[in-house]
Amino acid sequence: MAQLELTCIRCPMGCTLRVTLEIGAVTAVEGNRCRRGAEYAATEAVHPVRTVTTSVRAVGGTRPVVSVKTVPEVPKDRIFDVMAAIRGLTATAPVHIGDVLLRDAAGTGASIVVTAELEKR
Amino acid sequence: MTTHDIVIVGAGPAGLAAAIGAREAGAQDILLLERDGEPGGILNQCIHNGFGLHTFNEELTGPEYARRYIDRVNELGIPIQTGTTVLDISPDRVLTCTSRENGFEQIRAGAVILCMGCRERPRGAMDIPGSRPAGIYSAGTAQRLMNIDGFMPGKEVFIMGSGNIGLIMARRLTLEGAVVKGVCNRSAYSSGLKRNVVQCLDDFGIPLMVRHTVTEIHGRDRLEGVTVSEVGEDKKPIPGTEQYISCDTLLFSVGLLPENELSEQAGVELDAVTGGPTVDDRLATSVPGVFACGNVLHVHDLVDFVSEEAARAGAAAARFVRGETVSSGRRVSLRGRNGVRYSVPQSVDPDTMPEELTVRFRVADQYLGCYLSCYVDGVRVSHKKKRIMTPGEMEAFVLRREMLGNDAREVVFCVEEA
Repeated sequence: MAQLELTCIRCPMGCTLRVTLEIGAVTAVEGNRCRRGAEYAATEAVHPVRTVTTSVRAVGGTRPVVSVKTVPEVPKDRIFDVMAAIRGLTATAPVHIGDVLLRDAAGTGASIVVTAELEKR
Repeated sequence: MTTHDIVIVGAGPAGLAAAIGAREAGAQDILLLERDGEPGGILNQCIHNGFGLHTFNEELTGPEYARRYIDRVNELGIPIQTGTTVLDISPDRVLTCTSRENGFEQIRAGAVILCMGCRERPRGAMDIPGSRPAGIYSAGTAQRLMNIDGFMPGKEVFIMGSGNIGLIMARRLTLEGAVVKGVCNRSAYSSGLKRNVVQCLDDFGIPLMVRHTVTEIHGRDRLEGVTVSEVGEDKKPIPGTEQYISCDTLLFSVGLLPENELSEQAGVELDAVTGGPTVDDRLATSVPGVFACGNVLHVHDLVDFVSEEAARAGAAAARFVRGETVSSGRRVSLRGRNGVRYSVPQSVDPDTMPEELTVRFRVADQYLGCYLSCYVDGVRVSHKKKRIMTPGEMEAFVLRREMLGNDAREVVFCVEEA
């Protein structure tokens, strides 16, 4: 049995949730003032994921960097591994929204996808 | 002098959606003016996700959200004149502009839609003593440096103010290898969205120091550190609570101010609380044919609501240039009192307003379990319990025309204990 504390983000209330986990599943949630808190805890406590958004160096474009994101989200505890993988990337202009710069970033299965248009200089 | 039916000042989220709204309401001759080199406005540097949940039911990044509107504007063949700064708008709707391509030019507009957005409250407004070393930026400036220009502003960072841009930048800087030593905030709670506090600070173990403020800036050429003090109930620093935090970079995220110099030149009446124009239910300002929407009108939390508001302003401008604006001349004023700081719009025409109109406002403090009430000429017509209301999240009230009856004069929104 494990206990952890989360802040619910489903509304501005920001309830402090005390979550009990047994064999990787949520068995109890306390501190939530509504049902949505329990729903949030059920996924956030077991498998927290985040979309990482950052930028990569670009060559030959109208700007020196272009923004990217992970698709899908990556496990929260792998954010810095994914950042390290992204840091080595360079985009060559032109690039477009949806272009994939890297697949399976840091073994997470997520792709690094361009989120802005970058024209050739 | 050239002439256009509708001229839109600013091609950020408000301007783009206003242009689309105007075209969809039948306006043909629309011109968008943008001072930056590209349309999209502030969204271009907001590379984080979370935009568009209401509009598209998915989480987009800023540039992706902007692109959907830019593509639509292009599809509709609406021209965007970038690199163009509007210097003046006259009360009779002549815009004076300057650009590298056209030099000095004047444009006569059938209707003008003000979409200039807002700017950040600067260090100078915070009255913090100390010299003026390098390394001090507004959070949005640092965001632009990193996300558009590709520069890292510093290695050790402190952030004053927990506005959303400051929170977003705490995460952004951390991801790129900087150490963010903390975020302080004068009031007892963050002014940013809960989601940003959790995902930008808590995720990375960055402390949020509530009831703290920066009381001194150290360093001559480059910032060396800041003194941070606890503040009391009177919002003044408490002597003896000072702590020194070394840092080479200080960001300010202490509020946004609608950018209304042009509006004032046009003679548009401003609301002292929002800092934006006073408007009616059509988003028409006090100057005939001049409309306003987006952050120039009042600072929004969600771009989705900007887009929605701007589309309405565009449609209203289209009706105005066709001469279809009918007004009964009757006017009901909308006000906030007792915890509700303002109301947008500030008035409605009870005869021509839509059946249902979403009125938006902010509350003055955090209220738990209080009621949001609506009074028409002193008679309470709505009384809804709210689990929480907080200044960082805009409130909405759906005002129905039938609530106003035949001779209403004033609608008041307020917070009540019970």
